[in-house]
Amino acid sequence: MSKDIRIKKGLDIKLVGEAEKTTENAIVSNFYSVQPEDFHSIIPKLVSKEGSHVKAGETLFYNKDNESMKFVSPVSGKISEVKRGERRRILAIKITADKEQTYLDHGKFNLDSDAETIKTHLLESGCWTFIKQRPYDVIAKPDSEPKGIFISGYASAPLAADLDYVLAGKEAELQAAVNVLSKLTSGDVHVSVGKSSNSPLSNLENITLHKVSGPHPSGNVGTLINKVDPVNKGETVWTINAQDLVIIGELLLTGKFNAERIVALAGSSVQKPRYFKTKIGSEVATMIYDNGVEKDGNDRIISGNVLTGKRVAPDGYLDYYSNVLTVIPEGDDYEFFGWNKPVFDKISPSRALTFSWLTPKKKYDLDTNTNGEHRAFVITGSYEEVFPLDIYPLQILKACMYKDLDEMEVLGMYEVAPEDFALTEFICVSKQPHQKIIREGLDVMLQEIG
Amino acid sequence: MGLKQNLHNFKVKNQDKKWIPAFNALFTFLYTPNETTHGGTHIKAADDLKRTMNTVIIALIPCLIFGIFNAGYQHYLALGEIEASNGFLGSTFWTLDNLIIGAWTVLPLVAVSYGVGLAVEFVFAVIKGHEVEEGYLVTGMLVPLIVPIDIPLWMLSVAVIFGVVIGKEVFGGTGMNILNPALTIRAFLFFAYPTWMSGDKVWVHGAVERAGTPDAISGETLLGAYAQNTELAGIGYWDMFWGLIPGSVGETSKFLIIIGALFLIFTKIGSWRIMLSTVIGALVMGLIFEYGVVGTGLIDESSKFYGLMSVPFWQHLIIGSILFGAVYMATDPVTASQTNKGKWIYGFLIGFISIMIRVFNPAYPEGVFLAILLMNVFAPTIDHYVVQGNVKRRLKRLKVKAA
Repeated sequence: MSKDIRIKKGLDIKLVGEAEKTTENAIVSNFYSVQPEDFHSIIPKLVSKEGSHVKAGETLFYNKDNESMKFVSPVSGKISEVKRGERRRILAIKITADKEQTYLDHGKFNLDSDAETIKTHLLESGCWTFIKQRPYDVIAKPDSEPKGIFISGYASAPLAADLDYVLAGKEAELQAAVNVLSKLTSGDVHVSVGKSSNSPLSNLENITLHKVSGPHPSGNVGTLINKVDPVNKGETVWTINAQDLVIIGELLLTGKFNAERIVALAGSSVQKPRYFKTKIGSEVATMIYDNGVEKDGNDRIISGNVLTGKRVAPDGYLDYYSNVLTVIPEGDDYEFFGWNKPVFDKISPSRALTFSWLTPKKKYDLDTNTNGEHRAFVITGSYEEVFPLDIYPLQILKACMYKDLDEMEVLGMYEVAPEDFALTEFICVSKQPHQKIIREGLDVMLQEIG
Repeated sequence: MGLKQNLHNFKVKNQDKKWIPAFNALFTFLYTPNETTHGGTHIKAADDLKRTMNTVIIALIPCLIFGIFNAGYQHYLALGEIEASNGFLGSTFWTLDNLIIGAWTVLPLVAVSYGVGLAVEFVFAVIKGHEVEEGYLVTGMLVPLIVPIDIPLWMLSVAVIFGVVIGKEVFGGTGMNILNPALTIRAFLFFAYPTWMSGDKVWVHGAVERAGTPDAISGETLLGAYAQNTELAGIGYWDMFWGLIPGSVGETSKFLIIIGALFLIFTKIGSWRIMLSTVIGALVMGLIFEYGVVGTGLIDESSKFYGLMSVPFWQHLIIGSILFGAVYMATDPVTASQTNKGKWIYGFLIGFISIMIRVFNPAYPEGVFLAILLMNVFAPTIDHYVVQGNVKRRLKRLKVKAA
């Protein structure tokens, strides 16, 4: 039985440069990198030394707080550099890939195993890293039992990779992963798909299917959780990206950790936006310059979507969780009387001499200019228009800023992740960094309450 | 390039100087800055605080222009030099003579309000090393519209300094203040110079200096007349609606205020919830007085409150400044309630209390600014209880689970 979830509050940001549905094999990159900062709050303990050789799926480092939680290499090759920052913090582990890939064989997994065996297997094989939890939006604690597992199969973010397209043909892997995961929770595995979509997820067994419709953030997993079964104090839910289910499924079925992923290359700076088959941690340069962006263009390269992604340098690497690379123009220029003249070429939630309300279907070419300076919170009532969760956004942001743990707790901090505040940040007249505020608030709670 | 490049170079060269916020304020007035996003969302919506404030100013400009003409019109009308204007487009209203005398009296108020207020803002920005904030752009426009026409400029300057420093900067600037700065200025004037602000002479240009001479003219407002159980001759309901009456500079034309309100609601800058609920609150209180108190004979013509209390309830909207307060003052997002539900309560109480003060305050028959200031103080309390509703729902959810 599928249930419908329809949200009204939100905002679809339509941008130029949506990826065309053709997949190319990306020119194989020789360089890969795993950055511990992708795994928030994890302190890495290095296992593989610089200069040593690893197979794909072999442990690079483990979690200092939980030695059984392994983080593995996406490719086989030689560890060429372990880049360290202040106080010898590990910034990145760079791997030069072999010509012939070899995989560490974990063996075919018995899908009928019990929960403990499943957990051990996922932790050992590095697949646990794909399972995140709320509260706190961090990698799930293995000793917790979630009241539900939530998977969003509908990407509503601007220029996001179309999950129907990238998951097509992966039914077997998805089913295997879902079967195993459903044994780890006392509740259900909740999966959302677009209302009119033709998702391979909708035919799976052992799930509760939800059909979602409405503007972004209808596809955010946070919205799904809030509408289905919000997190209360003391409860935990897990979330997994739909695409990472494929990697988990393949590991279970074949015993190999195959970090292959279909990634959308999108954005207005890209000449030919399209999909690539590549691997986690791959260097972005090989993808973006091939029919992509101008060599000396003044562009912002983002691993992830324009709302929540991470800025990467042209010689940077694909994030561990991203399935989209967005390239948009930088906006580091002044605009004459930009604050009072009528605006036709930018998106605005208001009608204050801004005219995006006239053309709701138009696709915009936005740059990274902030369109104004940072200010204290002034405007009220506008965040609620784009925020579908049953939470007061302004109040919870302020609670995070003055670090009142009690207030954060009762206002619903256990339910949220930074990405839920991406839209309020986008429309913020005061240009406040909402996602950063929420992340720091969650970190304080994680430290104090845990 | 040219100017833009020069300004940019100047800014980079002097970026660690103390006075750079002052320069930046002027620079960002000409050009939106070259700042780009870092972390968080990589794109941002087109609106910033300057644009928001600018929209409110646009909505105020018709009131200002009307106020200028009305200043001249009331002056000549009181002197008996012109005939009463026949409606909004009457031949004796939009005249050059009215414009000249109006501009001569009103524009100095605007100049002093902006000059003094912005100077204070700049000084604080430089001392504290933050950017000059836009809040005063609107406050500076509101202030000349809510003072009597003949207020001495020195009085206005003192009030503006007090309002900006005590009303806003001590709390940390725009976004942090508890009281509406424009109304703080108004309240300071009212309590510091009561004879000036509540007399019956200050509302028409020239009335003060002629007082006591054979040429004396009345500078009375409608409310003042009602409060004394009298009426002003020759003023009909349509004159009140169009705004052809004496009063503070920019608040008389209900017609233009409604236009401004519609503009603010359309642009989604002003809160329609507050505007609507304030009007409802005022009407409810008006109804209570008209039918509940006067209608049942609790108070008769011998009472000193009879004049205002017996006013038909809907007329409370077109006499006095309740509409101006509802549209431009109560909706200030910083000092109003911040939750949508809270806005309904906040607005309703403003309207309700405004009319109550208006009727029961014989010394100064206008309660709008006092009511708004009062509710500014209570807005956080209202929000608190609204937010508690959400909190309780969350706790209940947990209890249902546990049970």
